[in-house]
Amino acid sequence: MEKGTDTVKRGHAQMLKGGVIMDVVTPEHARIAEDAGACAVMALERVPADIRVHGGVARMSDPGLILEIMETVSIPVMAKCRIGHFVEAQILEAIGVDYIDESEVLTPADEQNHIDKTKFSVPFVCGCRNLGEALRRIAEGAAMIRTKGEAGTGDVVEAVRHARSVIGEIRRVSGMREDELAAFAKEIGAPLSLVAETAQMGRMPVVNFAAGGVATPADAALMMQLGVDGVFVGSGIFKSGNPSQRAKAIVKAVTHYNDPKILAEVSKGLGEAMVGIGVTQLPESERLAGRGW
Amino acid sequence: MKIGVLALQGDFEEHCVCLKNLGIKALEIRLPSQLEDLDGLIIPGGESTTIGKLATDYNLLDPIRALATSAAIWGTCGGLVFLATDVGRNQPTLGLVNMVVERNAFGRQIESFEEDLTITGIPGGPFRGIFIRAPRVKRVGIGVDILCELKDGSIVAVRQGRLIATSFHPELTKDTRVHEYFLNIAAQKVNS
Repeated sequence: MEKGTDTVKRGHAQMLKGGVIMDVVTPEHARIAEDAGACAVMALERVPADIRVHGGVARMSDPGLILEIMETVSIPVMAKCRIGHFVEAQILEAIGVDYIDESEVLTPADEQNHIDKTKFSVPFVCGCRNLGEALRRIAEGAAMIRTKGEAGTGDVVEAVRHARSVIGEIRRVSGMREDELAAFAKEIGAPLSLVAETAQMGRMPVVNFAAGGVATPADAALMMQLGVDGVFVGSGIFKSGNPSQRAKAIVKAVTHYNDPKILAEVSKGLGEAMVGIGVTQLPESERLAGRGW
Repeated sequence: MKIGVLALQGDFEEHCVCLKNLGIKALEIRLPSQLEDLDGLIIPGGESTTIGKLATDYNLLDPIRALATSAAIWGTCGGLVFLATDVGRNQPTLGLVNMVVERNAFGRQIESFEEDLTITGIPGGPFRGIFIRAPRVKRVGIGVDILCELKDGSIVAVRQGRLIATSFHPELTKDTRVHEYFLNIAAQKVNS
C-alpha cells in the first residue's frame, strides 16, 4: 500500500473536475455549501473580500475552526497557508485537511521561495497567471493549479486574463516542433520536461480551475467555456444576497456550462450579487495576484 | 455500441479517454433525453453528494433506474456510492445495487493509496487500484457477487447482474482491462 503518491494527489483534483469549490467561514456556511452541491469547501476565517477590508497580515486560519468544518461536512475540506510558510502547511497536514492552497490571498511569508510541496503527503493547489508560473508550481510539487484572478473583487476580468494566457500558451506549445520546446521553456521560465509533457498532452498536466472574481453563474460558465476544469468561488457566494440559491445556481452553471437555456434558467431571481470592486480601481499595492512569481 | 458517461461532475473526461483508446466514442450525459438507446453507462468518480443533487434536480434518477433493466452500468468510487441501496446517511442514490456502503471508509485524502489488486474476471496479473477518499462495501445483499477484497477484508469491487461497482479508479491508470470487462457486459445486450 503506497500513500501520498503523485497519482493519488493529482487524482483527488481529478475527482473535483466539473465542480465548484466554495469559501466558507463557519460550519453553517459549510453545510449550506454541501447542500448546494459544492464538490469541496475552502475553510477560512475571512473570505477574501473581508481580508481586503480588514487589512493587516492575513495568516492561516485557526485549526480549531478548520476542524469544526471538517467534522460538519462529508465533502473534502481545503485550507490556505501563506506562500512559503511550510510550517503552516505542516500544521494543516497534521490536522488532516484534504488539500492545501498555498495562496496569494494571504500575506506571503517568503518573497523568494514557495513551499517544497514534494515533501508533503497532502496535495497542494497553487495560483498562477500564466503557463510558466503554473509549471514552476507543478515542478515544486503542486498537484492542482488555479488561476489567481483577483480575489475578493467580484470582478472576473483578471481570472479571464489568466485563463486566456494559460490556455493560449498551451495551444501555442502544442503546435511547436520538438526542437522549439527548449527555447520556449527558457522564455517562460519553466522546466523543459513539464513543457514537453504539456505539449504532448495538449493541456495542463494537472487539473486547472478558475479562481478570483467569479460572482455569477454566467461568470462560472464563461470560465468553463474558456477551458478550465472547474471553479473556485470565494467571496461571491456568502457576500451575496441569497447565498444558498446562488451557490446552487453556480453548481448547475458549471455542469451545464454549454447550455445557454439552462444558464438563463438558473440565473433568474438570484437577488443581489456581491457588490464588487472594479479591478481597474484597485491601486497596484492592493492587488493580490502579483504575490508569488 | 452506444456508451454514455454521466457528466454531471467528476472525472468523466478520464473515462471518455479510456473508452476512446478502446475505439469507443463515449457520449457525455447531463440530461435524461441523452440516455436513450444506451448499451452502457459509466458513473465516474466525483463527489457523490454533488452528483446526487444534480441528478435529482435534472430528473435523471428514474430514467437511469429504467436504463438499468436494459443496459450495463458501472460506477467508480463516487459512482459506486451513487449506485448503492444504503450509504448510511441521507443523500440521493440510485439504489440499484443491493449493498451497504461506507463513504470515505479509509479516511481523509492523506490516507488515499495505491495497491495491486486481484480482481475476479480480470485475467493477466495484478491490477493497480487507485483509492482516493474511497468508499468500501460493508455488506452485500442477495444477487451481488464480490469481485475484489483488500487484505483487510474490505470489499472494493462487486457485480450484480449487469451492474458493476468499484471503489477504485481504473480510469486513472493506462490499464484498460476493467473498461474492457465492462464493455463485454454491455455488448451482451447487443448480441442477445
